[in-house]
Amino acid sequence: MAEPTPILDIQGLSVALPSNADRKHAVGDLSLQLFPNEIVCVVGESGSGKSVMARAILGLLPVPRVRPVAGRILLEGEDLLAVPPARLRAIRGQRISMVFQEPMTALNPVMTIGDQIDEVVATHLPLPERERRQRILELFAAVKLPDPERIRHAYPHQLSGGQRQRAMIAMALVLGPPVLIADEPTTALDVTTQAQVLTLIKEMQGLRQTGVLFITHDFGVVAEIADRVAVMQRGRIVEQGPAADVLNRPQHPYTRALIGAVPKLEPPPRPAPSSKVPFLEVRGLDKAFRSGGGIFSRGRVVHAARNVSFQLRRGETLGLVGESGSGKSTVARCVIRLVDPDGGDILIGGEDIAHLGRRALRPWRQRIQMVFQDPFASLNPRRPVGRQIADGPMTHGVTAEAAMARARSLLELVGLEPKAADRYPHEFSGGQRQRIGIARALAMDPEILVADEPVSALDVSVQAQVLELLADIRRRFGLTMLFITHDLRVAAQVCDTIAVMRQGEIVESGPTAEIFARPSHPYTQTLLASVPGRAWTPPAFADAPVAAAV
Amino acid sequence: MIAFWHLFRRNRAAVFGLALLGLVLLLAAAGPLFYPESAFKLVDKPFQAPFGHWLLGTDMLGRDVLAGLVHGARTSLLIGLVATFVAATFGVVMGGLAGYYGGWIDDLLMRTTELFQTIPSFIFAIVLVAVLSPSIESVVIAIAVVSWPAMARLVRGEFMALRGREFVQASVAQGMSDAKIILVQILPNCLSPIIVTGSLMVATAILIESGLSFLGLGDPNVMSWGFMIGAGRGVLRSAWWLCAIPGLAILLTVLAINLVGEGLNDALNPRLRER
Repeated sequence: MAEPTPILDIQGLSVALPSNADRKHAVGDLSLQLFPNEIVCVVGESGSGKSVMARAILGLLPVPRVRPVAGRILLEGEDLLAVPPARLRAIRGQRISMVFQEPMTALNPVMTIGDQIDEVVATHLPLPERERRQRILELFAAVKLPDPERIRHAYPHQLSGGQRQRAMIAMALVLGPPVLIADEPTTALDVTTQAQVLTLIKEMQGLRQTGVLFITHDFGVVAEIADRVAVMQRGRIVEQGPAADVLNRPQHPYTRALIGAVPKLEPPPRPAPSSKVPFLEVRGLDKAFRSGGGIFSRGRVVHAARNVSFQLRRGETLGLVGESGSGKSTVARCVIRLVDPDGGDILIGGEDIAHLGRRALRPWRQRIQMVFQDPFASLNPRRPVGRQIADGPMTHGVTAEAAMARARSLLELVGLEPKAADRYPHEFSGGQRQRIGIARALAMDPEILVADEPVSALDVSVQAQVLELLADIRRRFGLTMLFITHDLRVAAQVCDTIAVMRQGEIVESGPTAEIFARPSHPYTQTLLASVPGRAWTPPAFADAPVAAAV
Repeated sequence: MIAFWHLFRRNRAAVFGLALLGLVLLLAAAGPLFYPESAFKLVDKPFQAPFGHWLLGTDMLGRDVLAGLVHGARTSLLIGLVATFVAATFGVVMGGLAGYYGGWIDDLLMRTTELFQTIPSFIFAIVLVAVLSPSIESVVIAIAVVSWPAMARLVRGEFMALRGREFVQASVAQGMSDAKIILVQILPNCLSPIIVTGSLMVATAILIESGLSFLGLGDPNVMSWGFMIGAGRGVLRSAWWLCAIPGLAILLTVLAINLVGEGLNDALNPRLRER
């Protein structure tokens, strides 16, 4: 076999950022080759320039603010940076196409799926309507969309997230392009759907010998589908090579730090609980949300929690795991009484707080606190962070000076400078904000901490540090923790026991190690089987990698 | 503050508006120094054209038009600012309560707001002034009554969006009282749209006031631009300046305020501008 020629050849690509950005180039002197019939994963943390690179290939950059300044992007020998716009339009879709992260925003909400795909075909191919329809229906069947004829007439909002992404993939593949760019195509999907879409991409790629450039931040996904891997850091590729080499024998310190931060799927051994008495107990919790409806019509009722019961001993961590919409966040919000439960009991140390009024609840507020998911929405943008940490204790009668002094010492405890108290949230990174959120919860001296997806919005290296911080404060303060997550890898590392939720109900619960080793409910089995890269165990490094600064 | 000025300065038209507004304010503030007497005082022969002995001429009774303009500026700005302040305060309270509590409180307050919105605002203002008898206070009340619903709706929307944000939920979980959450956590986060809308409301208030005065429903003892136009409209063909000059004053003032409002919007909501 002769030396294969790359189908897509990026040579020394540099993309300039506006002058006020934190670095000069989004992508600097980047060279990458994509051969037919292979999947190259470009992996990196947020801000590493991987999406900018993908958009540069298709000419989708917001010029003139962000523009390519050097290099060539050769698609079968043709430089995409130099071709006239008309030619580029012809290339897009036919020679090279793209699947985006969020199919809901990538599809036109007021056009049926069939019409949108037909538009792509009609633009590029002079085929009669009947043949185009035939082609689309065949493709729908190929991407395993149920009932292709119905899907063709459906609007994007009528499909599930997974179906929308399948439709996007069908749209990208309809002209049989030799190159497919997928920008985090499974990030917005649930883990079981993600597994199906990954399988689909791999299958379609194999059938059509497509070269796939797959952008992701998730090493699990990389392990699942990559033939080759390129690791990006601050706009540059720091390491690239065959997937097995990069994943198991990473050379560059940054790659080692990233892979070292990936939580292992295997739960570590945990000490047996010290007492048998439950400290936090939830019994038969019910919560339904009613939407729409009015005088003349009955609204839609969604049961977010149905007869949910669990127990937590003092100092224990319970992981509530499930996919989006499983009701795990609702349960968390009921426990902390941000949402009023419809029925059931929430007992702390034997006393029921589920039915207390606002005033009676106030003394309990100190004992149970929450860490939120979104580091950007969970802090008041118009208030210095020190004040926000001090607000809680001051509400409960602590003097302003004492509360501020405590806020400063707490900031130090979570790894920030005490001086940070006077700064505003926008001056901090996502990981730092999450630390501030933790400090705010700790300021109340809680006994129970409810953490709702505290690390899912963070990059993997930052995630590891925040998890470490949570583990540390849990030990130090003897906290009992209710940990909500959709990420089974995180759950394996953090939780003593696990409760799996689906459609508002707990389908299975038990010690973490047991659930991971012997899942008994079919849904738990599906969940575990869907974890991307489950066959790959991130290697341990003797030289504990120094994680990048938060 | 300096950073804010830098953002504001990027909109040239807004800076021009600010300069113009400053000029009007200066006119209103310094006017009485030059015209300490009543603007209704007869000073000379009637119907003198501008740029003669009197810089802007005299009207049909021999009153100095410039003196009227200066005193009118005080009236217009005073009514515009006070009416807007009253309307904005009331609107923020109504919208804030509706947006924060939701449920039946929201229904009650918003149906009330809609009741006010269904009546054409200018006609409503006329009715109110007619019922209350024309005076500065009744004009202010009338303008405030017809302009608060817009603010209430805006603030309600902002509050509803912020109510669900995690930092507000964190405050609830800390046991903070509703009043403190509303004032300390939510309100500061919707100040920018309130300021922008408020600035545009001043312009509308000035227009309504001029309209009322034009119809003879202004305070009869206070000189105002609308009154000057209304008085001069009978002699529009022979003495055009009696309408044109106060008309131009209204146009420029309202334009200036709108430009400043626009500039504030750009500076306070930087994300909208990036498009």
